Amino acid sequence: MIRLAALQFRAQALVAGIGLVVLAIVLAVTGPHLVHLYDATVAACGAGGDCASARSAFLQTDHALRLALSVLMVVVPGLIGLFWGAPLVAREFETGTYRLAWTQVHHSRWLVVELGLVGLASMAVAGLMSLMVTWWASPIDSAKHAIYASFEQRNLVPIGYAVAAFALGVLIGVLVRRVIPAILLTLVGFVALQLLFLNFVRPNLLPPSHQTTAITRESAMKGDWSYGSSTGLLGTSGPSTLIPPPPAIRNAWVYSTRLVDRSGAPLTPSALAQACPLLGAGSSGSGGGAGIGGGETRVRSTNGAALEDCVTKIGATYHELVTYQPARHYWPLQWTELAIYLALAVGLGGCGVWAVRRRLA
Amino acid sequence: MIAAVESVGLGKRFGRRWALRDCTVTIPAGEVVGLVGPNGAGKTTLLHLAVGLLAPSVGTIRVLGGRPGSGQAQISKVGFVAQDAPVYGHLSVADHLRMGEYPNPSWDRALAEGRIRQLGLDPRQRAGSLSGGQRAQLALVLAVAKRPELLVLDEPLASLDPLARREFLQGLMEVVASQGVSVVLSSHQVADLERVCDYLIVLADSRVRLAGEVPDLLAEHVRLSGPRRDPSSLPSDQTVIEAGHTDKQSVMLVRTRQPVLDPAWTAMSVTLEDLVLAYLKTPEPSEASTRPRLEVAR
Repeated sequence: MIRLAALQFRAQALVAGIGLVVLAIVLAVTGPHLVHLYDATVAACGAGGDCASARSAFLQTDHALRLALSVLMVVVPGLIGLFWGAPLVAREFETGTYRLAWTQVHHSRWLVVELGLVGLASMAVAGLMSLMVTWWASPIDSAKHAIYASFEQRNLVPIGYAVAAFALGVLIGVLVRRVIPAILLTLVGFVALQLLFLNFVRPNLLPPSHQTTAITRESAMKGDWSYGSSTGLLGTSGPSTLIPPPPAIRNAWVYSTRLVDRSGAPLTPSALAQACPLLGAGSSGSGGGAGIGGGETRVRSTNGAALEDCVTKIGATYHELVTYQPARHYWPLQWTELAIYLALAVGLGGCGVWAVRRRLA
Repeated sequence: MIAAVESVGLGKRFGRRWALRDCTVTIPAGEVVGLVGPNGAGKTTLLHLAVGLLAPSVGTIRVLGGRPGSGQAQISKVGFVAQDAPVYGHLSVADHLRMGEYPNPSWDRALAEGRIRQLGLDPRQRAGSLSGGQRAQLALVLAVAKRPELLVLDEPLASLDPLARREFLQGLMEVVASQGVSVVLSSHQVADLERVCDYLIVLADSRVRLAGEVPDLLAEHVRLSGPRRDPSSLPSDQTVIEAGHTDKQSVMLVRTRQPVLDPAWTAMSVTLEDLVLAYLKTPEPSEASTRPRLEVAR
């Protein structure tokens, strides 16, 4: 029976195999150069060099390839769902070949073996790709000090995404029984799943850490303080407030940076207006952008001195509270997310088998 | 003897539409059974229920004594050629044979390869490039090479040209003769069935309108023509299936087990096609019980 499934899958397997080989060649050709460059610039700067500029110069290398790999890592699990998952059963129904296949092999057996074989192949493709890209990008990642920035493109989680996308595609294919609608619905469903997970599940998997910093005259002068409002998920703007500079915690995933007083109450707009009546007047422009998780609109005051005064004044009562996921949570989060996606894939696949059984027997 | 297919009160609903409703039918084993009916009569639904491609909404169906789709053993016992003979276009003829061989322990490789050779098919040819007739033949090979006890064919002739149709039926008859397999064959073309079927079932609106051995059916039905008369005046052992009248004449198709004694009638034998069409044209069977019996006067 496995041979039967392999017979039907070999064309797709060939495409995936060629893709992996091409990727391996590209990365093997460009990778050693990156390691060499890292050793020569970033690693060597410890001996009295300008590390910050060495790092930023290094992070400009291979920009196009890095972008392409990012796109690849995000898109390939989805493509597996769309082109391996959705058509798996939908095509059988659409072309009527289920009448041939399922009168030769019992449908449950056929489906379980197909799910197992192509599901494992999905995991293998995503896993190998992630392994290669993670290896290739390791000099960049260690220079960047932001491991969470590429969390979903490295290590284990792409395996979970691929197999969950595959199982989602199969289930939708079973329910819709037409290839093109199944592909479109799988696309919508998988994007929605990823967004929901990113915004509502991953931040709550592990309790975050907190770091409090007192605000002094020095920190007010040094940092990149600004005044503006943060943009929410749906583009809603909150009230304008004082925004501290991004905290310098290595490899942290920062949830929020807020100003709170000793009792933990946040800085209110009225308290801010009372302390710094001049703030916001004569604002010069806005910048910043909105990402998936929200962004901020910054309004810099033309008068840097006024801002400094204000920060110092606020610092008397308020301190900075950073809520973040520390670097040591990276691997627990990777494993937990992988486990959740694997469980999801098993659940979705099970629903697919059940839906076919309900129709047939 | 276990029936090939036996259904009681069988029904299948898709959403709110009934594709098959209250179908009670017994299809005998050991014969070539033709299942005839107009499009939409529920033939395909009934056959899909029989091979386990659909689950019944209500009622029961047993095939060779087992429940369709209950497991691989049941699947292996029943060969199926689906309507339009679906194949995987990108797989070769040899791949299709492997597909039948892997899951079926009873697969007869020599038979399969022999028939492919006999048909002149290239095992390396992609199934997508086969003609309609070749596809149907390949589907038949896949169905028979697992040496089933029952062979179910859903409108196998519908999309074939006359020559391909003849070759397909010839292939089918060779299999029946050499393997002694029970066959259920659906069609809406009676002429095709007349040559191969021993037993005929006429299905209309999910109901069995007529079932029986073909020679018996032909012997029991007669076309009567004579002076105009009311069909209800016929003797009670003659069931009127169809009646047509002109000013002076009546022509009736009558089912009776007795010889027609009334000298006013001219009796003619009927073809199977006439018979089926007559049954499909009349909505409900006529009631014979209230009419007088015609007795032989001594």
